[in-house]
Amino acid sequence: MSKFQKKRGKASPAVSTASLPDIIFMLLFFFMMVTVLRDAELKLTVTTPEATELTKLQEKSLVNYLYIGKPIKKYEESYGTSPRLQLGDKFATVADIPLFLERHKIKVAENKRPKITSSLKVDGDVTMGIVQDIKTQLRKSGQLKVNYSARPRPE
Amino acid sequence: MAKKSSKDRLSNEINAGSMADIAFLLLIFFLVTTTIVEDKGITVKLPPWSEEDVDPTKLNTRNVFSVLVNAQDQLLVRGEPADIKQLRERAKEFITNPQKRDDLAERPTKAIISLKNDRGTSYGTYLECYNELKAAYNELWDEEAKKLYGREYSDDMPFEQKKKIKGTIPFVLSEAEPTNFGGE
Repeated sequence: MSKFQKKRGKASPAVSTASLPDIIFMLLFFFMMVTVLRDAELKLTVTTPEATELTKLQEKSLVNYLYIGKPIKKYEESYGTSPRLQLGDKFATVADIPLFLERHKIKVAENKRPKITSSLKVDGDVTMGIVQDIKTQLRKSGQLKVNYSARPRPE
Repeated sequence: MAKKSSKDRLSNEINAGSMADIAFLLLIFFLVTTTIVEDKGITVKLPPWSEEDVDPTKLNTRNVFSVLVNAQDQLLVRGEPADIKQLRERAKEFITNPQKRDDLAERPTKAIISLKNDRGTSYGTYLECYNELKAAYNELWDEEAKKLYGREYSDDMPFEQKKKIKGTIPFVLSEAEPTNFGGE
């Protein structure tokens, strides 16, 4: 009987936290691997339309983003309310696209350049006029792989 | 003796107790900046730029399935007003032509889908149309894959199988230069 009591008295050692940093580091490395730093602050309202026939964009480093939408409230005064194009974190015009594509291209390894995709994040309410101008410019610049960004449609 | 003990203290290990805190800090930073959200969308291959534009609607043959969208987001399919909900079924019927009607495509390899919009068409409607037409092809590919290989069409199929299916039913969608009637 006394044996049992003795054991019970000893049975509350603190859980060792020595391996806690290791666990945290593991998590840290995981997130470091999957992180792609947010590169741009969105200056437009972009609500992409819904669709069903979606494909996933594979490598994020091979994708450049073109945003099209109406400027948010903060920029309405200086940029108006008509749809605008945003490249990176700046408002841009169609004429800026070739340089933007080139800037992205030089960061990509040469053998992967044919796989570069342009992701068009376009607001659903925007009219096709500006989208068409941008598509034409992309075709002229030889950037033919395009992904119309869309949200999956809830069933 | 006292000297020796101070030397001992110098060679002590660095306290690693705060390591967890530092790691936590970094962890939280990466948690905040991470965007796990997957980027999805409809992938399209644009045609290379050429100065002269071929307008397949002018060919006016039975092999062209023309879809026009005007600035009011209304659809005109093969010259008649239509609803977007019927688009998928009609496109499928046009491509396969199960009853061998002489106003639909001769065979799937000859079928051309022509999508034309106005500069005033809303992007949402345009993408919906594109999605429906793509869905029609995807469903046909699925059926073909089930017939040939007993499973649904998917991107990780062997290359030859995909090639065979796309050879029987090629995806031909031509986009004409948009009209400019409706204004933007």
